[in-house]
Amino acid sequence: MSTADIIEPRTDEPLSEQLRDEIRALGEHEAHPRAACIAALQRVQEEYRWVSDAHLREVAPLLGMSPADLDGVATYFNLIFRRPVGRRVLLLCDSVTCWLMQRERLEAHLRHRLGIVPGQTTPDGDITLLPTVCLGHCDHAPAMMLDNELYGDLDEQRMDAIIDGTAKAMP
Amino acid sequence: MQRPLTANIRPNAPPPDCAAYERAGGYQAMRRALLQMTPADVVGEVTKSGLRGRGGAGFGTGQKWSFVPKRKPGRRSYLIANADEMEPGTFKDRLLLEGDPHQMIEAVIVSAYAVGATDGYIFVRGEYKLAIARLTQAIGEAHAAGYLGEDILGSGYSLNLHIHASAGRYICGEETALLTALEGRRAQPRNKPPFPQVSGLWGAPSVVNNVETLCNIPHIIANGADWFKSLGRGADGGTKLYGISGRVKRPGTWELPIGTPMREILEEHAGGMQDGYQLRALLPGGASTAFLGADQLDTAMDYGSVEKAGSRLGTGSAIVLDDRSCPVGMICNLEHFFAQESCGWCTPCRDGLPWVERMLRALEDGDGEDEDLHQLQRHVGLLGPGRTFCAHAPGAMAPLESGLRHFRDEFERHVRERHCSWR
Ligand SMILES: Cc1cc2nc3c(=O)[nH]c(=O)nc-3n(C[C@H](O)[C@H](O)[C@H](O)COP(=O)(O)O)c2cc1C
Ligand code: SF4
Ligand code: FES
Repeated sequence: MSTADIIEPRTDEPLSEQLRDEIRALGEHEAHPRAACIAALQRVQEEYRWVSDAHLREVAPLLGMSPADLDGVATYFNLIFRRPVGRRVLLLCDSVTCWLMQRERLEAHLRHRLGIVPGQTTPDGDITLLPTVCLGHCDHAPAMMLDNELYGDLDEQRMDAIIDGTAKAMP
Repeated sequence: MQRPLTANIRPNAPPPDCAAYERAGGYQAMRRALLQMTPADVVGEVTKSGLRGRGGAGFGTGQKWSFVPKRKPGRRSYLIANADEMEPGTFKDRLLLEGDPHQMIEAVIVSAYAVGATDGYIFVRGEYKLAIARLTQAIGEAHAAGYLGEDILGSGYSLNLHIHASAGRYICGEETALLTALEGRRAQPRNKPPFPQVSGLWGAPSVVNNVETLCNIPHIIANGADWFKSLGRGADGGTKLYGISGRVKRPGTWELPIGTPMREILEEHAGGMQDGYQLRALLPGGASTAFLGADQLDTAMDYGSVEKAGSRLGTGSAIVLDDRSCPVGMICNLEHFFAQESCGWCTPCRDGLPWVERMLRALEDGDGEDEDLHQLQRHVGLLGPGRTFCAHAPGAMAPLESGLRHFRDEFERHVRERHCSWR
């Protein structure tokens, strides 16, 4: 497969009227609409996996913000993706306890298995591998998150099972 | 031994719903506070209890609350639970949020009443999906029971409670940056004074407290300040959630009397070191605290004792360095985190932390010079307390400064042998 598969054609579509209404409603729920901007970006991301320039430009006026202002917030946060990501996002903890518990070995295993380095997406568009700060699961270090599910006590076998979809989340 | 904060928490079981929480005595403190006490009574009881903040800085909670100016009719004000918890090695608040969400909600109601807040927020880091889901459900149940919203229990007190799911940024845990984040801006810290209690969210009076701090409040109101004080083993009152991670037999979190010695936590609760590993040193209170050596294990884990030992109680979550991991590598990992999470607002932190990280990386790669050790030492001062806009950079210097003292021979060996002998 080519990298063209990674870039979702859907992100060129305008946001649905329903999503626009939802974002407006999020803004109205707050003392000032801009307070809903993270929630709005998270909603866009739920639908499209990342926040494209076009979508960012659509969201900003709904919350009374300029696109540059909203982009300033969007780029500040680790979990708002301003570039395309794969169908699944794998966040591998790179903080201190996981480091002490051999997370480097697991990262090497992932590089080998997926053929990518952190920050990249597999060529088939399946998995984006990203480093993340401590997931608060240090008592089960090393830990990772795949598609919002938390996994701990990782070793190479468990990691493979998780990617293949045959392992249980937590611990 | 009493464990008020975790009494309802069962491993691998769903948290109590509203009815189960009430059967266990829940929402009684709320009734008592709202129906029988004035806000000043609640603040008074909390002050008397001596409760100190569990988020890191250890400020007296009652005293902090007393800085909120008198309530003006029609003016909004805020009580905010700080559930950002992104300090590496710290995982205690997650237990409370996931394990007993109604306790968190009751804690916010009673505390908000005490400080006269019209609105409450629980600011949760975005990665805590399970906590967010459970809190959302619990808030729905509390609303249905009439514990949130207008005129709670006919007391005349009203409170709106919101959940804010953040999107991952350590600095959002700093209380003024948290307010900026809630306003939908880049989460940079703000100047103090004015303190948030006077001018916080949207310029309105706001109190920011850690999750564990707040969860103590209903129990103090239900059982009284003297009961709370009697729970501690030293000068401080109450219990504390202690955590240990690293090469111990049973890493985890335990609620114990505040002031429990580190050795007891490590050996009795965490089961001691894994076979084949020895303890070399530990960070007693999360990534931004100074190392204590293996000879300091008898330190009582309370604010004063840990400070006397040269570190901070911090979040009470210890990270253990074993004798088979490289101290320089560990510090390099920590400084990578701090450099990455600098908000970039002030130059010493924005430019200094990447320098520190690069010098440590060079040492690890065998490219370090004697001069680097001198430079690292200089940075400890240049990024230390009072040199930067917020406490992020000084926090980053705590493990470095103490690491340079405890592991001087290791740093020198890296330079001399031109490689990391642990790899
Ligand atoms: C960089 C930085 C990150 C922080 N992160 C947190 C956090 O995640 N949770 C927290 O409760 N306090 C955190 N704090 C401390 C808060 O600024 C504040 O002191 C605390 O929330 C006050 O609550 P307490 O008085 O109940 O402890 C952080 C401080 C700094 C400087
Ligand atoms: S010390 Fe660091 S995190 Fe704090 S304001 Fe300065 S740059 Fe930002
Ligand atoms: S250090 Fe990896 S989960 Fe905490």
